[in-house]
Amino acid sequence: MPSVLVENYFRTEKLPQIWCPGCGHGIITRSIASAIEKSGIDKNKICIVSGIGCSSRAPGYLDFNTLHTTHGRALAFATGIKMAKPEIKVIVIMGDGDATAIGGNHLIHACRRNIGITAIVYNNSIYGMTGGQYSPTTPKYDKGTTAPYGNIDKAFDICKLAASAGATYVGRATAYHASLVTSLVQNAISNEGFSLIEAISMCPTYYGRKNKKGSAVSMMEWQKNSAINISAAAKMSPEALEGKFLIGELKNSPEPEYTNEYQKIIDRLKKESQ
Amino acid sequence: MKSKARLMQGNEACVEGAIAAGMRFYAGYPITPSTEIAELSAERLPLVGGRFMQMEDEIGGMAAIIGASLTGAKSMTATSGPGFSLKQENIGYASIAEVPCVIVNVQRGGPSTGMPTSPAQGEIMQARWGTHGDHPVIALTPSSVRETFDLTIKAFNFAEKYRTPVILLMDEVIGHMREKVQLPDPSEIEIIDRKRPDCSSEEYLPYEADNDLVPPMADFGTGYRYHVTGLVHDETGFPSNSTAVADKLIRRLSNKIEIHRDEIESWEEENTEDAEVLILSYGCVARSSKSAMNILRERGIKAGTFRPITIWPFPEKRLRELAAKVKTIVVPEMNLGQLVLEVERICGCNAKIEKLNKVSCEIIYPEEIVSKIEEVL
Amino acid sequence: MKMEDIKAGEIQNEKVVINPAWCKGCGICVAFCPVKALELKNDKVVMVDVDKCTQCGMCELRCPDYAIYLRRKKNEKQG
Repeated sequence: MPSVLVENYFRTEKLPQIWCPGCGHGIITRSIASAIEKSGIDKNKICIVSGIGCSSRAPGYLDFNTLHTTHGRALAFATGIKMAKPEIKVIVIMGDGDATAIGGNHLIHACRRNIGITAIVYNNSIYGMTGGQYSPTTPKYDKGTTAPYGNIDKAFDICKLAASAGATYVGRATAYHASLVTSLVQNAISNEGFSLIEAISMCPTYYGRKNKKGSAVSMMEWQKNSAINISAAAKMSPEALEGKFLIGELKNSPEPEYTNEYQKIIDRLKKESQ
Repeated sequence: MKSKARLMQGNEACVEGAIAAGMRFYAGYPITPSTEIAELSAERLPLVGGRFMQMEDEIGGMAAIIGASLTGAKSMTATSGPGFSLKQENIGYASIAEVPCVIVNVQRGGPSTGMPTSPAQGEIMQARWGTHGDHPVIALTPSSVRETFDLTIKAFNFAEKYRTPVILLMDEVIGHMREKVQLPDPSEIEIIDRKRPDCSSEEYLPYEADNDLVPPMADFGTGYRYHVTGLVHDETGFPSNSTAVADKLIRRLSNKIEIHRDEIESWEEENTEDAEVLILSYGCVARSSKSAMNILRERGIKAGTFRPITIWPFPEKRLRELAAKVKTIVVPEMNLGQLVLEVERICGCNAKIEKLNKVSCEIIYPEEIVSKIEEVL
Repeated sequence: MKMEDIKAGEIQNEKVVINPAWCKGCGICVAFCPVKALELKNDKVVMVDVDKCTQCGMCELRCPDYAIYLRRKKNEKQG
């Protein structure tokens, strides 16, 4: 039998998962389960929603109310769930293409509304399910099957995008920093409003191979060496931060949550009619 | 006790019907000529403890009502041509995942942005085949304000009973027209709720159908933790690559509507006993057809009318019977000939079929139908 | 954990349990084991030096396939 965590929160009969050897998605999924375990919420009151892509297979392995939707639309489906039944804790798992390309409009508006949803973006900088096309987070000049001469698109910074669109809790971690994924997701779940956690994953099969990044282990070494915790970064020079990216809690500024605001309207109308 | 008679718009009657049917969630995006449905839903829903959301786009509106319905809330969205196109992918999702919901399309001139404030009937085939893949469809077409109220309730009832998206296919004339309407007392209205499981959560197979081919549906958050996907899935709800599972699922989805045709199909016919010419029309055009029939009768021509209320599934059996009796069937439509294709398929060579088409984005007038009939007889 | 809790095919010692059926041989646990107690043999993880293992849990934390995990301590709740 598997570990207590896996036994309690996974649909073990669906394991082993379908992801490629060395794919970071399994690590992040386990970290999310660990965050849910720590938050102590009733499994029946949690709904996990995903779109389409490699990351979107995660909910199928998790033992909650789970919804595998259409490409890019996970947040819109999740919005309906949260709005119709606010007592449900809604967690949305998306990939980088899912969340920021086809689903970009839903992402910025879910942030703007500050609706009580925890969004976790598994960012592996590539479209994996379709075989390695460049995504909105593929670094400039990197290669994908649809960017054989190098990608000339500028990459999105998902955390900055979410924070400026109005998400009230934003954080970033990596598959290497799996414990940090857990603590950030745990904080995100306890934030009443919209939270976004970018979890940097790795795709050794497509992104790694196309861009000569080596094995899953070397991609994780890169995560280890390139990620700087925001608290440490404050004491570092701009030169020292060159080529690095920030991890940790990047924004935490609670604001009134959307479904609570709507409930206030319902309550006010009820009072007025009495 | 009946309510007082009110002057009401078709779009307004749609919202009244939805609230009466138990709608507690609406999500949509503003679009002419359906916007009043969103506006009134925004006003009415919080008063009954329901919730309204204006989404960022049409696709989001369709997605949100599916999410809401999975929690047990009766849900609706309304749109018009361009928005109806955008919603198609998720209508297919609701079909395969069997999530009850109502989609209102107040038809305007198309294609593309077309004639936003003018009526048309261009989405007859899109209502049937708009989303990809084989899928079941129920589509209802009201031709008066009061009927819009009744059919909205019926749309919710069918959605709940058969776990399928139901399309209310209005047109701009019906949506914006005002008529004196007396709404029924709530006690006179039949409301159907979806079947929910009566077994324990351990025994629950979310996609195991009963004899009526419809599986009981558990609300998210009530202890039945299950998986919902747009992928082909087996009785457990989990995806399957089995060709046998795919075949079984797609056939069941279609058959759950097919075997209930008798309960679902509805139509209205007038003067068909002795009719030699039958005017077959729907929506706002059916009103002109009725006037045309009366004019023709005064002129000694034995005309009758046939108005499918469910255009999908089409009342096939009844039309076949009538086709054997009448000589000519005239099909006036505000498109270049869509439902007539179905009429031709059903009637075969039994009757002469004449099309009358108008794509100028204005209603077909009774005189136009009369002249067409006088010309072909 | 009692012996009967271990499924056929699972390998255990007093510190970790390994499920070779789920292991895809990515080598992540091997690379990030701080005491180098793990190795890949025939594309599956094995513990080569039980004495070195401190049960820090880094292998379990980063295994994408849930194929290696710490044995539950005696006072830990059984699943």
